[in-house]
This record gives sequence, C-alpha cells and structure tokens, in this order.
Amino acid sequence: MPRVSFTSALRRFLDAPPIRVEGGTVGAALAAVFAERPALRGYVLDDQGAIRRHVAVYIGGEPVRDRVKLTDPVGPDAEIYVFQALTGG
Amino acid sequence: MTERLYVGTRKGLFELVPGRGGWDIAEVSFLGDPVTAILARDGTVHAALDLGHFGGKLWRRDGNEAWRELAAPAFPPKPEAVADDPHPWSLGKIWVIEPGHVPGRLWAGTMPGGLFRSDDAGETWSLNEPLWRMPERRQWQGVAGGEQPGISSVLIDPRNPDAMRVGVSTAGVWESTDRGASWRIINQGMYNEYMPPGREGEPIAQDIHRLAQCPAQPSVVWCQHHNGVFRSDDAGHNWRELTRSGRRNSASPSPPIRATQTRPGSCRRSRTRSASRSRARSRSPAPATAAKASRYCGTACRSATPTTSSGGTRWQSMPPASASPSARPAAACGFPKTPARAGLRPTCVCRRYRSCASPRRECFELKPSLRSAR
Repeated sequence: MPRVSFTSALRRFLDAPPIRVEGGTVGAALAAVFAERPALRGYVLDDQGAIRRHVAVYIGGEPVRDRVKLTDPVGPDAEIYVFQALTGG
Repeated sequence: MTERLYVGTRKGLFELVPGRGGWDIAEVSFLGDPVTAILARDGTVHAALDLGHFGGKLWRRDGNEAWRELAAPAFPPKPEAVADDPHPWSLGKIWVIEPGHVPGRLWAGTMPGGLFRSDDAGETWSLNEPLWRMPERRQWQGVAGGEQPGISSVLIDPRNPDAMRVGVSTAGVWESTDRGASWRIINQGMYNEYMPPGREGEPIAQDIHRLAQCPAQPSVVWCQHHNGVFRSDDAGHNWRELTRSGRRNSASPSPPIRATQTRPGSCRRSRTRSASRSRARSRSPAPATAAKASRYCGTACRSATPTTSSGGTRWQSMPPASASPSARPAAACGFPKTPARAGLRPTCVCRRYRSCASPRRECFELKPSLRSAR
C-alpha cells in the first residue's frame, strides 16, 4: 500500500501523520486519505480537485506530472510526499 | 459587555480591549497568517484566513471555546461548457463576511467574485448561482494588483433582508431585491482613473474597495473607491465624490472607511490611514465602540484619522492618542527578558502583556526597533 506523508507545516492547522492507503494512482491514493480525513482535502486540492498551485506532490523523488486529474500511477510500495511549494524566492 | 476590537492583519488576528490610557492586546490568534475577514457578534467570531500555500480557510470561535475550522465556501464543479471562463472556479480568499439579518444567515464575498450564503452560521455554504452565472461576470476584472475580481462588500438592507448590494473590485455595485435571484448593476457617477481613456466612467469599470452603509439611514452608502471616496444617498445608485482635491494619485488607494452612527438619524464616517491592509471590526455596533475603533487605528499607525460629521463636506483630523503605558511590553510582561541588541528590541507577542501566565517560546521576539529603522 502506498504511504502518504504530509509537510509538517500543516500541523499548525490539523493533524496529518503519515498514512498507508490503497490506490493505483496518486488521485486514488489521495482520495483514500481524504475519505479518512476530510479536512485535509482543501489544504491539498483546490475546489476543482487539482493540486493547489502552491502545493507540490512527489511520488518517490519525482514530482507529480498530472496536477489536474492526478492520473500519475503509484506502485504498491510508493512513497507519496505532500509539500508546500515555495514560490517567489 | 466589555468593548473588544478585532483587527485582522496579514500577520494574525488581534483582539484589543480598553486598557489604562489605551488599548491592550487581549488575544492573538493565527499569528503569522493573513486574516482577510472577520465577523464578530453575539459572542461568536468568524475569521477567514488566506494561507499562501493552502488557500482560503474559515474558522469560528464560540464564546470562550477553542477555534474550530469550518468548511470554507467552495465552488461547484466547473462544466466543460464554460471552459473559457476567464476566472477560476475555486476559492481564492474570503474578502468579507456579513450577517444576513436573519438568524443563522451569513453572506461571504470572495475572490474570484463568488457570493456565498450560509443559513447555519457558517457551517455550510452555497454559491449564489445567479450572480456567478451572469454573462456580465466575465467582464469583471482583477483587483488592482490581483489576478481575480473580488466581492469586497456585501450590504444587506436592515429594513429588508431580501434587498442587497455587493461591491466588486473591479466591477461596480450590483443590486438584488429578490434575495439574490436576479442582479443588475446600479452605480452611476463614479469614475476610475486607471482605466483607459473613454472607459473611466463606465459603471462596470469601478473599483469598489469597500462599501459602508449608514445604520440609521440605510440609503446612505459610502464607498472607498480605488481613487477616492464617494457617497450615495439612494442605496448605491447615484454617487458623488467627496475627495476631489487635485492631489489624488491612482497609485495611492483611498484608505479604509467606516460609517458609524453617532446620533439617531445621522451618520459619521471615518477613514483610517492604515499602513497594512488591516481591517477593524468591533463586536458591538454601538457608536462609541466604532468611534474608538477609528481612533485606535490612528494611534497604531501613528497618523491622524480624518473624520467627518457633516457628510463629507468638512473634515477634521483626529490626532493619534498618546502611547499607552501598557503598550510597553518589555516593562509589563513578566516573561524572562530577552536582551536588546543593536537595532532590535524585545517585543512581547504573547497573549497578554501584563500577566504572562502561560509563557510560550514565542512570547518574546527581537524585532527591528522602530527608532533604528527610521
């Protein structure tokens, strides 16, 4: 089962420890996370379900390519990281 | 009830109470986070945050309970048929929260221009579809300096909660008299200096930063416009400018305004020259509270606060109050002293200046000294 970890910056607002979930794509894995923790969804995705502009999601060491439909595949032992994405220097 | 002043800033929500000779900070919440809207009434406080990474959020505090996050207003799925909509169907930030004059009802104005209604005190929200799906909305423009249009003001007529006006930056003033089922633009008489030649006077080209309604005479509405202050005596239909002085500069937006009722049948308006994009809200709409709110801003920002009690024909300058003794944190707070360094001064950022019962690591921080920074 993929493991999803969240930036510690989220701890100021809500509890977000690492979690193992089912899912063959990054979208399915995140949906499984949000099913258990609904309050997290709005911090990671926008109203249309795309990854927020200033949030970065990595699968292993690679950034997610499809930030809108979240179709990037994830393996059964994948590590998914959710970060805040710094912009503007 | 103790007077309490709520100040939303880009660095948190500050709650102030009257102290000896000034205002004391009683509470600090969301330290470091931009607070874009506050509604405080009847012991309940709603606070909207604009988190740079994580988007617009909404929190509520009931009485002395802890803050609790509510579901923020959200846009419905965007249909393929409107793929060319120039504005995102996703909440940017909540710009204003207003009571609906009906128990439990709240209205929220947002960027990118969505108006939301709640009938359960903010627990759930629904988009006002008629305004959002109106073809003219595509002509709405981003706020000066921003990418998206925003509903900066929502005025609910206290005589008839089905009658409402919203101010849009940048798209003028829109009116509904059927609780949001239909909308029309109504503002005449404004002009926008930064528009291209020939478009300055168009109603939809007006950059409405803030509308304030007189509680005693709801037909009297004031507008903090991008390049001036305007007044309407017919609930936002016709406007005249109060600030034409020849010194206007479109790079310097007019300061925030606030209308306060000083005596029955009259209305006073003050504007605060706030250096930051702070918004002040008082728990009570009582005239005295609101007047002090204006005075506080003048004090905090070390500048005079222009006020008028003649409907804008004459202005007085309300000078800054003298510094409050309790505003000297290093002397008042019992937390272990942090030594001053060159150019820095110890600044208490804990919840209470005077009795630091629960000191926290961030109780004292070294901040640049105002004196040395000048």
